[in-house]
Amino acid sequence: MVKPMRQLDRKVVRDLMAAKGQAIAIGLVIACGVATFVMSLSTLESLKISRQLYFDRYQFADVFAHLKRAPSVQMNRIREIPGVAFAEPRIVMNVTLDVPGLNEPAIGMLQSVPDIGRPVMNKIHLRAGRYVEPRRKGEVIASEAFAEAHGFQPNDTLHAVINGRRQELTIVGIALSPEHIFQVRAGDILPDHKRYGVFWMGESELAAAFDMEGAFNDITLKLTRGASEQTVIRQLDVITKPYGGVGAYGRDEQLSARYLADEIRGLRGMGMIAPAIFLGVAAFLLNMVLTRIVANQREQIAALKAFGYTPLQIGIHYFKLVVIISLLGVLLGILIGARMGTALTRMYSEFYRFPVFYFRFDWGIAVLAVGISLCAAIVGTWRAVYAAVILPPAEAMNPEPPADYRPTIIERTGLQLLFSQTSRMILRQLERRPGKALLSVVGISFAVATLILGNFMVDALDYLIEFQFFKSQRHNVMVTLIEPTSASARFELGQLPGVMQSETFRSVSTKMHFGHRSHRVGIMGIPRQRELFRLLDADGHLVNLPEQGLLISDKLAKMLHVQPGDTLTVEVLEGKRPILEIPVVATITDFAGTNVYMSAESLSRFMQEGSFINGAYMTVDGNQLDELYTQLKNMPGVAGVSVKEATLVSFNETIAENQLRMQMFNIIFACVIAFGVIYNTARISFSERSREMATLRVIGFTRREVSMILLGELAVITLAAIPLGMLIGYGFAALTVSAFESELFRIPLVISRNTLGFATLVTILASLFSGLVVQRRVHDLDLIAVLKSSD
Amino acid sequence: MSNSAESATFGSGPHEWTTVFEARNVTRVFEMGEVSVQALRGVDVQLFEGEFVVLLGPSGSGKSTLLNILGGLDVPTSGEVWYRGKEITRFDDAALTRYRRENVGFVFQFYNLIPSLTAAENVALITEIAYDPMDPREALDMVDLADRADHFPAQMSGGEQQRVAVARAVAKRPDVLLCDEPTGALDVGTGTVVLDVIARINRELSTTTAVITHNAVISQMADRILSLSDGHVVGVEMNDAKCPALELKW
Repeated sequence: MVKPMRQLDRKVVRDLMAAKGQAIAIGLVIACGVATFVMSLSTLESLKISRQLYFDRYQFADVFAHLKRAPSVQMNRIREIPGVAFAEPRIVMNVTLDVPGLNEPAIGMLQSVPDIGRPVMNKIHLRAGRYVEPRRKGEVIASEAFAEAHGFQPNDTLHAVINGRRQELTIVGIALSPEHIFQVRAGDILPDHKRYGVFWMGESELAAAFDMEGAFNDITLKLTRGASEQTVIRQLDVITKPYGGVGAYGRDEQLSARYLADEIRGLRGMGMIAPAIFLGVAAFLLNMVLTRIVANQREQIAALKAFGYTPLQIGIHYFKLVVIISLLGVLLGILIGARMGTALTRMYSEFYRFPVFYFRFDWGIAVLAVGISLCAAIVGTWRAVYAAVILPPAEAMNPEPPADYRPTIIERTGLQLLFSQTSRMILRQLERRPGKALLSVVGISFAVATLILGNFMVDALDYLIEFQFFKSQRHNVMVTLIEPTSASARFELGQLPGVMQSETFRSVSTKMHFGHRSHRVGIMGIPRQRELFRLLDADGHLVNLPEQGLLISDKLAKMLHVQPGDTLTVEVLEGKRPILEIPVVATITDFAGTNVYMSAESLSRFMQEGSFINGAYMTVDGNQLDELYTQLKNMPGVAGVSVKEATLVSFNETIAENQLRMQMFNIIFACVIAFGVIYNTARISFSERSREMATLRVIGFTRREVSMILLGELAVITLAAIPLGMLIGYGFAALTVSAFESELFRIPLVISRNTLGFATLVTILASLFSGLVVQRRVHDLDLIAVLKSSD
Repeated sequence: MSNSAESATFGSGPHEWTTVFEARNVTRVFEMGEVSVQALRGVDVQLFEGEFVVLLGPSGSGKSTLLNILGGLDVPTSGEVWYRGKEITRFDDAALTRYRRENVGFVFQFYNLIPSLTAAENVALITEIAYDPMDPREALDMVDLADRADHFPAQMSGGEQQRVAVARAVAKRPDVLLCDEPTGALDVGTGTVVLDVIARINRELSTTTAVITHNAVISQMADRILSLSDGHVVGVEMNDAKCPALELKW
């Protein structure tokens, strides 16, 4: 029993060597799938574990609330809310920074830390330097992302405008915080570490600077196990309401934690969708190849059975071939996946700041990858192996019966005169086995789709930037103020150096309710006549701001299940805190956050407050930017300045670059699929027809003419696959869009002509290349042998 | 019986015999791994215009190798082969393809029809690339298969398929018709029908015809019989009393 199996095993190895080109192609497709799987899921696990450890060890708070100013005694009431384990007050203020080497002003978020002891929650992790010491003026700890972006070390200094006074800050330490794993300014789409930093400062100094002694404006809570977050939030809101509370929220709405959660969700999607595609294609290819091998080896199988091998032994024999190819692919995939995971983790560590964050290779995931791949392979080849198992030996000794052909449908319609004999051979071959031809078409179309998916993200980001930063926002500088200021500030802003146009806005924190659904969101009040800040619908058409009522983001409409015409209950969370009923007039398209707009006049009427502004959009003469920056850096009341161009540059340096790297992977993977499918299709088509081709060569056809039959079939399949691939690619893109869709960020479903063209081009090139590789075999056809055998 | 066939004119045939093929001292050695197999060991042969030659010999005698070399499918290890004053042994692959395409019609033991093409289309496959072909229907008519023109190979018997193969071979009006065991896969009844078709074409179109067989009976219908054994021509025999193919029995 053992010995004959050893001989059969030798046959496995030799069969494998004989089909090594195909085995390699299939192995690579499996490797791509496994690599994506291992990369996504291992990185996902790494992220989840790092997050869990970080949150636990550094006591990341459960509930967060911001308010205007509350006396410290209120803390007693808050601590008494049932379910609250700890409550910690602090002072959080945004200030304008003057950073050496940076022309434009940056924004700093100052958070207070206790003078004595350390914070109970959201503990910071010192990377360098030391903690601030009480009563030493101007000492701060800077967030690592900001310090790194500027090359700051402990003892470096920068200036801040704190409550109207320019003050020197000394960085004594560099730190991380579980609150700012992803450090992005509220309201921004993209992180900009050069222009936004978080700083920790001693409580008494910060309180003194902002006249907040004996008071606080921010609060974090840790809940007891089993406490209801919603109940605590409701009670907390009641307490903070008189003090300008804008509504408490849990971790699920905390900006950094939310970005992280969205990323984990996206990774999970990628870890499922991509491997499913690759392994599906691999299973299909294996089936194609094994079916052919079994057909070629009919007589061998019959002989083996005649000698007494059991059907089981023969089944196992062919499965071994499948398992070897799959395992080689899986091993390669695990290696590539681990490397890519390391690279992805490195990329993530630019965005997500953890005290310890390294790629943890998870053996469980590797084992899972092996299991899933083998299952896919075995399911894919089951039919082919079964065909070998049930082959009756006597019948198998005879050559396969001649293939049965019919005129194709096209020919039956009377168009046969249009086709040469060779084109008829191509068409009939395709039509005789429509299932097989269709599978090849589908296989190649997946390659086209993967290529489209590879470039789609870039298209989407290009479109998003064009839409958001150029079509919609036509200003180049946005100034935000610390507090709502009377509209007279508008003239002051307009008088700043270089300002050519300026449009002010008023933003108001609210909670919107519709039916049982509610959501915290700000309303932007903007003038009805505007040049700089334009509102657009999904098609990019201008939407006019109505005199009355709201324009709301598509996403918010979806979240609240609201349609134009419905009336929202708007609970204003600042000023006189009116509760209003306002109709939704129309929806607009935006890709970041959930925005709500209404006319500034109408908003100020609702607020019963006269005309106030929170900031302005401006177009500034490029030559006078430096002067403007200098003035803004020293202007009291200015909370921040964002410069569109700088944001875009920073975007290109970070996200775009990383996106490009991911895109490269995608394109390489897509090429592997394209080549794997097309090469195997060509190779099998050649193997099935080598006898025909040799006959044609013998009777006087040139190699070129014979090759045309082979390449012609490939061309028909490829051309049919391209439009189908475009459709599937669109579907993949739509899946990706919905996988990444979140309240914070949405990707537009846009596929450019260039992407379609590129996918088409690469597919055609892969097809040509595969065709040429296989065509070389036409040269090596044994003209004599083929005439001597019956098949 | 004489051992050589070197004279340019031959015997008392119906007309002056012109040489079509001349092979001089042709050897062919196949390297099969560590052993070499000597398939032809210095063969000298001439084929004359319009004659019907049977190459007779047991399996392994070298007859197929000789036919393949004459047909431009294989090249000898040494020696020369001339076709109408041209030395085809000096042809490169493209020239050999052109030679086959323009001058040679092949009939194989296993028909080698293209299964995806009908009978007429299999013939048209050749007429499309030939210089002065017959109409495919006319060629099928010659093998009495005009009524099967639109049938696919899978819908025809072996004998019918082989007749299509013959029609395919002659449709381009080849100078020579080379048949390798044309009845090898057929029973007597259908085999003789196929041979009759080949003989008729030889007669009516004056196509120089060489038929390979191990079946001595078939040599009764030849003008001349070349016997091969172990890589040598061991006999050349004129057949003055040709027997019609349909009367052959084996």
